[in-house]
Amino acid sequence: MASDKKFEPTNPTVKWIEDRLPIFGLIYNTLGAGYDAPRNLNYWWNFGVLAGFMMVVQIITGIILAMHYIPDITVAFDNVQHIKRDVNYGWLIQTIHANGASMFFIVVYVHILRGFYFGSYKAPREILWFLGVIIYLLMMATGFMGYVLPWGQMSFWGAKVITSLFSAFDFIPFIGDGLVEWLWGGFAVGQPTLNRFYSLHYLLPFILVGVVILHIWALHIPGSTNPLGIDAKGPYDKIPFHPYYTAKDAFGLGVFIIFFAIFVFYAPDFLGHPDNYIKANPLVTPVHIVPEWYYLPFYAILRAIPDKLLGVIAMFSSILVLFVMPWLDGSNIRSMRFRPLSKFFFWLFVINGIFLGYLGQRAPDDIVAMDTTALVFAQFATAFYFTYFLIIMPLVSRMETTKPVPTSIAASVLEANKKG
Amino acid sequence: MTTHNEVVEERRNFLYIATGAAGIVAAGATAWPLVDQMNPSKDVLALSSIEVDLNAIALGHTAVFLWRGNPVFIRHRTPAEITEARADDTADLVDPQRDEDRVQKAEWLIMSGVCTHLGCVPIDQKGDFGGWYCPCHGSHYDISGRIRKGPAPRNLPIVKYAFLNDTTVKIG
Repeated sequence: MASDKKFEPTNPTVKWIEDRLPIFGLIYNTLGAGYDAPRNLNYWWNFGVLAGFMMVVQIITGIILAMHYIPDITVAFDNVQHIKRDVNYGWLIQTIHANGASMFFIVVYVHILRGFYFGSYKAPREILWFLGVIIYLLMMATGFMGYVLPWGQMSFWGAKVITSLFSAFDFIPFIGDGLVEWLWGGFAVGQPTLNRFYSLHYLLPFILVGVVILHIWALHIPGSTNPLGIDAKGPYDKIPFHPYYTAKDAFGLGVFIIFFAIFVFYAPDFLGHPDNYIKANPLVTPVHIVPEWYYLPFYAILRAIPDKLLGVIAMFSSILVLFVMPWLDGSNIRSMRFRPLSKFFFWLFVINGIFLGYLGQRAPDDIVAMDTTALVFAQFATAFYFTYFLIIMPLVSRMETTKPVPTSIAASVLEANKKG
Repeated sequence: MTTHNEVVEERRNFLYIATGAAGIVAAGATAWPLVDQMNPSKDVLALSSIEVDLNAIALGHTAVFLWRGNPVFIRHRTPAEITEARADDTADLVDPQRDEDRVQKAEWLIMSGVCTHLGCVPIDQKGDFGGWYCPCHGSHYDISGRIRKGPAPRNLPIVKYAFLNDTTVKIG
């Protein structure tokens, strides 16, 4: 850990414990006054803490829901209604958990895009970035299995479609053919599937916690980046995390909780799908099947490719490509504030991502605009998605004319103050 | 001449490899039950057949039955549909198969109702080829259940079945 100051307790009890297990010092140097962070962090740096907060919310509400939920296909659907109607405050806890998944993804998406914009994936933070991508993959797996548990129509068919993705690998000798049945524990999604998803939905968040601890550990080796993307050089570039950023994060957290509460109390089903209030029926697929909003861009990529195996490969690649980002981007400047062309393409990438999400919830044959179907638009948007990573990023980052970078964080802050 | 030390070293290397190999085999043998427990259990495998009375299915209609957790389509095809299916034998097929090879009796098409793309249930009598249309990702099947257009790679599979008599069929 890049401990800037040593923890020196004055309280004799704390000192006695600290001499035997330096746990207070660990907290002090991670989230306390002992961790010096760049003095110019803006509110985009709030979202890591918000993601950590959502993880805790999901684990607490999830453990409580597990006290009432029964993973049995004959009762699971009604059981969720029992939790919402009969269990004391069950309506509140279930709604927080269901909407909390969306909130977790919102803050994580902002956190990831913050990393894109300010070059947080660049040296020496590559492993920090990898751990982040692993956290994201674990979140997707956990969120998917959690959505299956209420055993509604979307739960069931979402589970069927996503597990069937693995049938694209049936060409693999020995394991290919039985892979999907192995996942299901039968010949279709059924009782064994629900049971094991419940088990894994409970397990994965704790693995996630482990990876988050590694993520924070890796963060504290070089320390946080900052909006300028230049390394903090001396004490005048930094301020203690506590009280400065604890206060800033607390304010951001308050604003975020208000946003969260609007969904929980006023629009609890806004982010859900009405078909999930119909009990799972293995004989009828909903006419319009869509995943949760946070998977939509990837779902659009899957459907954009007319070949089954290639579609599955494209979908997985669209996330795995994040692992090579530190090398695709060859610029020696981190922040896009000084990279105007990269900035332009970044925002194009964000708009394209939102557009892919929009296309993901339309039927493939829908005419979206100009006599063109959602499928064709999705093919263009998918092409841009990969072009951004594989062509635009390597070329632009190495060739563009950058703006002058300030000599230090302090110099930049003083300059801004002079302008008033 | 081999020295005492060289002999010791050789023996030690042999023991390293032997121990390592035994360890890997043991770890694999231990892991297998942990992996195999997720495969379909014996009671799931035992639920293997259903019997269907065909009298209830009118000409030109499709009935759907649940077999091993999945839908099975039984279509009572009209002569026109059979003619159409046979005529399409020579069409440009993604997964070429003759209609003759997909049925035991031409008027009874008995096949899986699970789209070979990602497992949804195709909708009866919809799509561009007068057969089935999968709403999830837009695969079109013809009246013989063959894939004609869309992302699905294969025809709707023919399930194992046998006619017990003229009006009863056993699936599985």
